[in-house]
Amino acid sequence: MMLKTTTALAAPTRRGFLAGAAAGGMALGLGLNTRAHAAVPKKGGTLRVGYTQGSTSDSLDPATYANDFMFATSYAVFSTLVEIAPDGSAQPDLAESYEATPDARVWTFRLRDDATFSDGKTVTAVDVISSIRHHMGPDSKSGVKPLLAQIKDIRADGDNVVIFELEDGNADFPFIFNDYHLTIRQDKDGSIDPESRIGTGGYVIEAFEPGVRIELKRRDDYWKAGRAHFDKVVLLKVGDPAARMNALMTGEVDLIDRPDLKTIHLLKRNRNIKIHTQNGTLHYTMPMQVTAAPFDDVNVRLALKHAIDREAIVQKVLKGFGTVGNDHPIASSMPYYNAELEQHAYDPDKAKHYLSKSGLSSLDVTLHTADAAFNGAVDASVLFSEAAKGAGINLKVSREPDDGYWANVWLQKPFCCSYWGGRPTPDLMFSAGYAATADWNDTSWKNERFNQLLAEGRSQLDQGLRAEIYGEMQQLCQTDGGALIPAFGQYVSAMSTKVQTPERVSEMWDLDSIRFIERWWMA
Amino acid sequence: MPPLMKLISSRLALGAVTLLAVSALMFVGIELLPGDLAQQILGQSATPETLAAFRAELGLDQPAHLRYLDWLAAAAQGDFGTSMASQRAVADLLSTRLTNTMFLACYAAVIAVPVAILLGLLSALWRNSLFDRSVNVGALGAISMPEFFVAYLLVLFLSIRMGWFPTLARIDEASSFGDALYRSFLPALTLILVVIAHMMRMTRAAIINVLAAPYIEMARLKGVPRWRVIVLHALPNALAPIINVVALNLAYLIVGVVVVEVVFSYPGLGQLLVDAVASRDFPVVQAVGLFFAGTYITLNVLADILSILSNPRLRHAR
Repeated sequence: MMLKTTTALAAPTRRGFLAGAAAGGMALGLGLNTRAHAAVPKKGGTLRVGYTQGSTSDSLDPATYANDFMFATSYAVFSTLVEIAPDGSAQPDLAESYEATPDARVWTFRLRDDATFSDGKTVTAVDVISSIRHHMGPDSKSGVKPLLAQIKDIRADGDNVVIFELEDGNADFPFIFNDYHLTIRQDKDGSIDPESRIGTGGYVIEAFEPGVRIELKRRDDYWKAGRAHFDKVVLLKVGDPAARMNALMTGEVDLIDRPDLKTIHLLKRNRNIKIHTQNGTLHYTMPMQVTAAPFDDVNVRLALKHAIDREAIVQKVLKGFGTVGNDHPIASSMPYYNAELEQHAYDPDKAKHYLSKSGLSSLDVTLHTADAAFNGAVDASVLFSEAAKGAGINLKVSREPDDGYWANVWLQKPFCCSYWGGRPTPDLMFSAGYAATADWNDTSWKNERFNQLLAEGRSQLDQGLRAEIYGEMQQLCQTDGGALIPAFGQYVSAMSTKVQTPERVSEMWDLDSIRFIERWWMA
Repeated sequence: MPPLMKLISSRLALGAVTLLAVSALMFVGIELLPGDLAQQILGQSATPETLAAFRAELGLDQPAHLRYLDWLAAAAQGDFGTSMASQRAVADLLSTRLTNTMFLACYAAVIAVPVAILLGLLSALWRNSLFDRSVNVGALGAISMPEFFVAYLLVLFLSIRMGWFPTLARIDEASSFGDALYRSFLPALTLILVVIAHMMRMTRAAIINVLAAPYIEMARLKGVPRWRVIVLHALPNALAPIINVVALNLAYLIVGVVVVEVVFSYPGLGQLLVDAVASRDFPVVQAVGLFFAGTYITLNVLADILSILSNPRLRHAR
């Protein structure tokens, strides 16, 4: 894994990082060796993790999961119907197989018959239905509620088969079930006990103190072969980046997420530490609401899209741990990525050209920003403002409080900073943030052709046609859409060289799409 | 001692009124913050529908003054309710954190108070000597640096360079007392360095002040040794200001350690309060806030009583 990701980074501008990574561990010189090692997972050992997030307000109720600490716990203690494999495809997990009718409207999931809860009971269709229903209906406060609104009916067919009937066809429907909210719990009279610790995952909870730590122990009777290698896992919340990095340096933890990119070079001094990067789906956006002047003019949007220096943002704000964005939300690692689109770049002359096309001689806009949107958002906004001057655009940066940013700025102000954690498929990404009907359509963009293609692609099972459809949608987003997407961020973590990862990890989210507890092991 | 009892009861009554005012202020403060618990927990993934469902479940759809009065009625009967965010009883939530905070505060106090007073006495005894000057420079130097900087310096030298102490002060029910002392040594040392100067300087100043009094001169003229003069003649008369400063610093050790907790990931009350404010978890904020306010009030009352006891002139109404 290290070999692969590090090589992918080998652009000359990132020489500094490469050299450091080599010094930091076995990244390049011992590459072949690492590979041979990486092939054989080994059982045993304790993994101690220093995690940025985690809060006293955390609970085991799957409807309320709001941070990495609970996502990781969720995947370790419980399981989902489907998981995202390293190649980005959806693979059955608690489900043994699934199939759809040709219109992709009715989906039949067959459950494994060997999957058991930690109390020994077998997983049945009733458990699945109650668990999914927990996130549906008017009383649910779940974050995935909008995603499940398409389900018209769920019913069991015997103990082992669950049938989902959808409002409309959806070829990507199985991908939804990878979500960490949608873990399967035990049915209790038609609903679930949200606080119950009984799960189907590879680990059971030994101690849990919200906002402080959780201790997990491997289940000896885990039903999934070749998974869950650590004997014990301890997740610690260590919010302060310096404390997290110190703990890794002194060997008190084996793995930390989100090291401080400004001081990451200090970690590389230690030979027992390696830096792990993933080209994920995480991206930073600056949504313009296309219903508000002046953003209602597509030429103004294009002028702004050419007035931002994306490369500078990647280098200066992300410290090289990222790639430039092309104003659509599909990552290069995702299926149906359109590689033929022309890359939007900083071009003051082009920006001026679009500005004159819109009939404006100069442009005054305000960009609302806060580091709550993403770490470095304020710096990125100021860089944008400076670059925009060259194109005759007067971009005022208005710094907002971090507190309440998502309630008072995002979706409220016509031009602000935001981020998306990404979704496994173009359909899910577009449906969440770009469809005309989406709650989180933060640009209020309602392109007729785009929405027509979205509906068409969703029920289409033919791969070739889907590639065409999603290719065109990316292009529409780029040239007409309201979202300015300057950069995709890399997920960066740091760990002891003893922690081993498979050759290829799932890159959608950080740390093997947060399934590292069950997929990684100790040398 | 009826006058003392009267003082204590009037102080306690005033304290109760203060607590009521503090709770009202905290409630208003949380209401003024942008966003409520439902928005903070759902964050970017909030939709109007889920927000409404969340608010109805927590009773956040009720008007603010009703929520406050409900809480007040329950709290007056000793029921601090459940955390809105995690649905755990506030009393449960507080108990481990409170133990941890008190442990760290006692740990630091047990070392800091005697050391500070001793250093203060010695520097008064050897006033303007090299010892006096170096103790003063050291203590003032430590207090001049922000706590987090002191903490990072200690981590850099004692943990990373020397490897003597852990950087994370992780203690839980399973750790033995000795283990807990070892693991939380660095945060305790940080706190000691921060509070020692204040107490030491006050001891020194108060003693030196008393040393100018005629009865000290009398004692010296009678041939009493210097150390005896200071410990037996000067110290009892300088106790009142020293007690006050010690009480203030003890209160600080309990309520002012948020930064130190963050740097060492120490699971204390400060971190709980920060989390609760961030998620607008009103019952938890109230409980922690009232505990902090109560600590200040109790320690101040205690300091007053001890000062009065230490000074016979104050014990009798004129």
